[in-house]
Amino acid sequence: MKVLVAVKEVAEATDGFEIDGVDIDRRHLAYGLNEWDEYAVETGVRVAEQFDDAADDADAAGADTEVVSVTIGPERAEETVRTVLAKGVDRAIRVWDDDIAAAELDVAAKTRLLAAVAAEEEPDLILTGVQASDDEFGATGVSLADELGVEWAAVVNRVEVDDALARARVHRELEGGVEELSEVDLPAVLTVQVGSTDPRAASPIGDGPDAEPIERRGLADLGLDAGAVESPFRRTGASVPDRGVSTTYFDGDTDERAAGVADLLRDEGVVDG
Amino acid sequence: MSADGDVAVLGVADHRRGELRDVSFELVTACRELADAVGGELHLAVVAGDVERFAEMLDVEGVDAVHTVDEGEEFNHDLYAAATAALVEELDPTALVMPNSVNGLDYAPAVANALDLPLVSDAVGLSYDGGLEATREMYGSKVETTVAVDEEPFAVTVRGGEWPPTDAPGEAEIRPFAFDADESAFPSRVLGFEEVGGGDVDIADAEFLVSIGRGIEEEENLDLIYDLVEATGATLSSSRPLVDNGWLDPARQVGQSGKQVTPDVYLAIGISGAVQHVAGMKGSETIIAVNDDPNAPIFDIADYGVVGDLFEVVPALIEQFE
Ligand SMILES: Cc1cc2nc3c(=O)[nH]c(=O)nc-3n(C[C@H](O)[C@H](O)[C@H](O)COP(=O)(O)OP(=O)(O)OC[C@H]3O[C@@H](n4cnc5c(N)ncnc54)[C@H](O)[C@@H]3O)c2cc1C
Repeated sequence: MKVLVAVKEVAEATDGFEIDGVDIDRRHLAYGLNEWDEYAVETGVRVAEQFDDAADDADAAGADTEVVSVTIGPERAEETVRTVLAKGVDRAIRVWDDDIAAAELDVAAKTRLLAAVAAEEEPDLILTGVQASDDEFGATGVSLADELGVEWAAVVNRVEVDDALARARVHRELEGGVEELSEVDLPAVLTVQVGSTDPRAASPIGDGPDAEPIERRGLADLGLDAGAVESPFRRTGASVPDRGVSTTYFDGDTDERAAGVADLLRDEGVVDG
Repeated sequence: MSADGDVAVLGVADHRRGELRDVSFELVTACRELADAVGGELHLAVVAGDVERFAEMLDVEGVDAVHTVDEGEEFNHDLYAAATAALVEELDPTALVMPNSVNGLDYAPAVANALDLPLVSDAVGLSYDGGLEATREMYGSKVETTVAVDEEPFAVTVRGGEWPPTDAPGEAEIRPFAFDADESAFPSRVLGFEEVGGGDVDIADAEFLVSIGRGIEEEENLDLIYDLVEATGATLSSSRPLVDNGWLDPARQVGQSGKQVTPDVYLAIGISGAVQHVAGMKGSETIIAVNDDPNAPIFDIADYGVVGDLFEVVPALIEQFE
């Protein structure tokens, strides 16, 4: 059983951020592992552990399970990749080069890059987060499945892999407290929802001096050229949203503001006293 | 109305367990505006289930034709992806518009990739002047960006709740679309549904909700919120991460995957205001937000705001009722 987990280092807007041109001013961005990917990693590691345990029980020699992560990102992202290695991922691949750095990485471009890595790795299961918290496209996983010609399921919060039958049973989280139960043939790409498992803390092992090196790939290594990351998208503007609701702010010291809220609650008739 | 001109937009309806979902009618509004800008007809597709009844309901103002695909009972992504792709090939629209619902997430990217269409997901605004420019949010709704697409045709998914629904009756032509699918041969199967998040509390009925978010930081700190709830007689609800962490019962979760609430007062404490949370509470009569980040998107929809540290504001508020 081989699992490939696609993870992204995401940018988060820090308090008091400013916009510069068509994006947040870089000085106001903090980087880290995408929240959804944390669950994808945990799901992948758990699936692998389950196969390892089953092999141990059967006294089979070597379960032959591996969890590999792939990330598209600059050198800075290696810090994030290390945290993933410390959470039980066996090997990590980072895709980047100057052409990729210069591109507007849209869903199609990411799809081509990840598909090339998947073609090399030949995983049984590919996991991604439902969405990345920065650009919130929520599309790469399912697009990748189509590119690879394999099955998929989006917004998954429970997975049971049946290796013998080469299929996975999943719960898809729909709107309004309803889940869909589905079955997909393997190999498959699943996009994993937050809350689906309890992600483990990073263990210090993966961080040591003899930590696994992060394998690097550029377009040429993947048999692609700059055409693979050409994009028809052009960012034309960025602003702070204005929903047209005017907000009344309570001023003063903490007690004065609290008194303002208390008076409002009394006026609204939702509290007495 | 006769539907035989150029198809500017093909929109795909969303339904589940026998009901068209609201986003279908909002999508019509978005699609009609886009079709007018592009100059051409608006066609809709409805796939699986009771398609004839759905098509009649979708025959609203501005729709030129509704194509029905009478295969399968419920959403299945293999069916949706194949039927949508076949319709695009048949109709050759400039724009393919799908909902950014959980089911939309499960087939729209596959269709776009299969047809090699650029995909803009989760659009909150669309304009067209010789080319598409879409508005979408980023960074947890803190920033709104516009993106131009220099290619046609293109695919878009639209966010629910952003366009008003169209429900005035229309004069669309309803056309069965011959599409043969052998569902038993699909590599995916939908086996059923399960309701989750039931529980003792019914936050949907409460008139005053105190709703707590990840700003609370630690489970132990919830005692502070329990004190506030007791002092005010409010009902406790929350954003998703607290439920994901196992700190609160799923029945208390407000939002897209939790409950929709419409209390008289919704007091959001340490909640950023992500779109999936807002989907569950924007119908509240009065929204009050307490957050230490003045840029938190929750302030974009709050009627009243306190910019401040909840660990100072909440104790002071409790004191007001002692
Ligand atoms: C398919 C899907 C479905 C989803 N369904 C739901 C859903 O049903 N409900 C839901 O809520 N979410 C849902 N989400 C998740 C959603 O995207 C957000 O991740 C989530 O709502 C964030 O919760 P939060 O606001 O509590 O946390 P955060 O976004 O982390 O915000 C915490 C806030 O607390 C503030 N804060 C921190 N410390 C303090 C302090 N000391 N004093 C005051 N303020 C402070 C911060 O400034 C911040 O604004 C869904 C996501 C997806 C993709």
